[in-house]
Amino acid sequence: MNTLLNLAVAAVLAGTPLLLGTLGEILTEKSGNINLGVEGMMFMGAIAGLAAPYLYEQQVLLVGSTPSKLAGAFLALAASFLAGALGALIYGFLTITLRANQNVTGLTLTIFGTGIGNFFGEYLGSQAGGYVALGDELKAAFANLSIPGLSQIPVIGKLFFQYNWVVYFAIVLALCMNHFFQRTRVGLNLRAVGEDPATADAAGINVTRYKYAATVIGGGICGIGGMYMSMVTTSGVWVYNCVSGYGWLAVALVIFATWNPARALLAALIFGGLTVLRLYLRIPGMPMQIYEMFPYIATILVLIVTSIRQSRENVQPKSCGKNYFREER
Amino acid sequence: MDGHTLDYAVQMKNITKFFGTVTANHQVSLELRNGEILALLGENGSGKTTLMNMLSGIYFPDSGTIKIRGREVTIRSPRDAFELGIGMIHQHYKLVEPLTAAENIVLGLPGGMYVNRRQVNEKVREISRRYQFDLNPKKKIYSMSVSEKQTVEILKALYRGAEILILDEPTAVLTPQETEKLFTVLRNMKEDGKSIIIITHKLHEVLAISDRVTILRKGEYIGTVETAAATQEDLTEKMVGRPISLEIERPKTQRGEEMLKVVDLTCLRPDRVKALNKVSFSAYAGEILGIAGIAGSGQKELCEAIAGLYPVSGGSILYNCQTDGTQVMENIVGQRSDQIYRKGISMAFVPEDRLGMGLVGSMDMVDNVMLRSYRRNPGIFVDRKKPKEISEKLIRDLEIQTPGVHTPVRRLSGGNVQKILLGREIAYEPLVLVVAYPVRGLDINSSYKIYDMLGEQKKKGVAVIFVGEDLDVLMEISDRILVLCGGKVSGVVKPEETTKEKLGLMMLRVTQDEEVIE
Repeated sequence: MNTLLNLAVAAVLAGTPLLLGTLGEILTEKSGNINLGVEGMMFMGAIAGLAAPYLYEQQVLLVGSTPSKLAGAFLALAASFLAGALGALIYGFLTITLRANQNVTGLTLTIFGTGIGNFFGEYLGSQAGGYVALGDELKAAFANLSIPGLSQIPVIGKLFFQYNWVVYFAIVLALCMNHFFQRTRVGLNLRAVGEDPATADAAGINVTRYKYAATVIGGGICGIGGMYMSMVTTSGVWVYNCVSGYGWLAVALVIFATWNPARALLAALIFGGLTVLRLYLRIPGMPMQIYEMFPYIATILVLIVTSIRQSRENVQPKSCGKNYFREER
Repeated sequence: MDGHTLDYAVQMKNITKFFGTVTANHQVSLELRNGEILALLGENGSGKTTLMNMLSGIYFPDSGTIKIRGREVTIRSPRDAFELGIGMIHQHYKLVEPLTAAENIVLGLPGGMYVNRRQVNEKVREISRRYQFDLNPKKKIYSMSVSEKQTVEILKALYRGAEILILDEPTAVLTPQETEKLFTVLRNMKEDGKSIIIITHKLHEVLAISDRVTILRKGEYIGTVETAAATQEDLTEKMVGRPISLEIERPKTQRGEEMLKVVDLTCLRPDRVKALNKVSFSAYAGEILGIAGIAGSGQKELCEAIAGLYPVSGGSILYNCQTDGTQVMENIVGQRSDQIYRKGISMAFVPEDRLGMGLVGSMDMVDNVMLRSYRRNPGIFVDRKKPKEISEKLIRDLEIQTPGVHTPVRRLSGGNVQKILLGREIAYEPLVLVVAYPVRGLDINSSYKIYDMLGEQKKKGVAVIFVGEDLDVLMEISDRILVLCGGKVSGVVKPEETTKEKLGLMMLRVTQDEEVIE
């Protein structure tokens, strides 16, 4: 029972960066752009999200005062969002304005972002004399919350009320995004852009603007997912290759979640659980490598199942992967 | 502003538009009076749609002026067009399939953060009542019929307060009954003071619905006439540039042997719905069997099943063929296309998707011709000489306009592509020839050339199966017409013993009492 509870908590913690990556990619794909650069944007978000509070801390320590937790958290959030958005902006400029192939551009962005993340991570590390690590004060900004009363309830408190703030941020974001697609006018227009840009265009929707906005904001959300990796998963220490395939899992989770942000919650929880399973469920004689394969095997199974299922709804937006050019004949 | 210009809803003057080096419109002018229905007549590729797209903000003219209600305007985007009260119903409907009718109607409209669905539904119902439409605003587009989709398109324009409506070939996909319903709606809208432009190349429709006709030919303005003073011959001559006979020749032939027998054929779509439901018929040598039906009634599946390309879940498809000197009916169900080919079944299929299924767009004529025959070549090298000879012969015989046999077929016009495809299939002398929508998108001249080629094949004793959409053409060219409705055969009739209206009714429902003519 206790193991199961611990596994559930660990699944939520491990699932959060996946959730953020998935949400960012859902938003992007809803505009008809399939951005395979999630991994790259997460790396960019990871290094920016670590570097911003780290540099802030260095400055504050220089003048001899203590860094503020709130400012550190805000800087990490804003910097990672901007870094991810910058990556997506490059992607957007290439695919939306120059109409480059989306797959190639996305893959390139992954390579680029991975390089940027690792380069600056190692660079900051060598500057700092070995490795980058945040001080305890700022680390605490990403520690588990303790909500008086709620967090102390047995089981329930542990299961729901004592995560770090990014977890709640991601869950609220998923619910808001669901509401946005289902109910709002802008959400409706965005879905139209992703399904059928020519129709959206003829209906007077500015396709280019919608595509840019969704892609850039989506990239920013992926960036926040990366920040989670460097600030929470590795507790404010730069670890080489820290994103390590989470971006790719997020791309697959978009399919698993059938482009539905609310379902992404469940998908991320399951995959989060699979990535940490080896720590909680030991089968004697099973090599560690097999455990590490679980999320990827699950991804393949998910792809098979979703490919067999034929449905007109809850599928990839129809224009995904195709660039839109109004005067094409 | 004088009173004269106020009479006009639209005045387009000296409009020119280039696509690269191609001139789509050259110095075209058009005037639409308030409260009239103007037909815009021209062959395919005459620039009708391009001209209208400049009015609806899809394209921007390279030169020329546009006045709306007497005021000169610049239309840069579809949004500008709505604001001027212009609504266009495109030939390919611009609707988002997974959304509902109401959602499509409010798409792109300014307004608050949330869409008030109840209010939208109410307003849609109110417009529907006024013009006698029939539509459920909550229905998803992908589950709608073509005619329902068209209704959504028209409502979308009206909802946005369009006073000027442009319809691009609205009747191309409708049954005669649905067309009549549409015309009633258009007349109601005209009564209500709307100004309407209808793009078409069907002459009888021009005469039935319009007040005036503007004619374009090869991107140029030819003239405008009052419909009341116009005749079909007159309009055709203006449209084509020379007088042309509108009769399709139906050569008299003796019906030969049964070449193809389809018995209780049943096929399923990927979503497990029956695309074909116990379809039975025969095709005979020396006749053209027409196949009519509303789009999506199973025509595509039927053609592909006969060609051995579509999975069959029940029934049989029997071909008359020679095996070891004896004549047998060979069942092709369950056989792969190469097995069918080796059995010596001589069948040719001209699919509706010419450049997708029929020809490889980026390859030249020689390679495309070779695709049909290279397997007969012994050895590891292919022989390009014979296909080249066939290609050159096709170009001469069929008057194919191409820079040469090595031009990628993608670069040729629709008519020439179709001539290559049909020519290639005929060159291998099939006994059964299946053609699906062979004249779709072709101009009058090319269409008549294709009809002639099919007539020739019939005279040579080929069993021709012609899947068509234009009932007038089907009735003229076919010896018998098989009508499909929802994947079932609703009857086989002789054209001289039926009327278009009866065919239209058969297309809409399966009638029990319709006798089947063998």
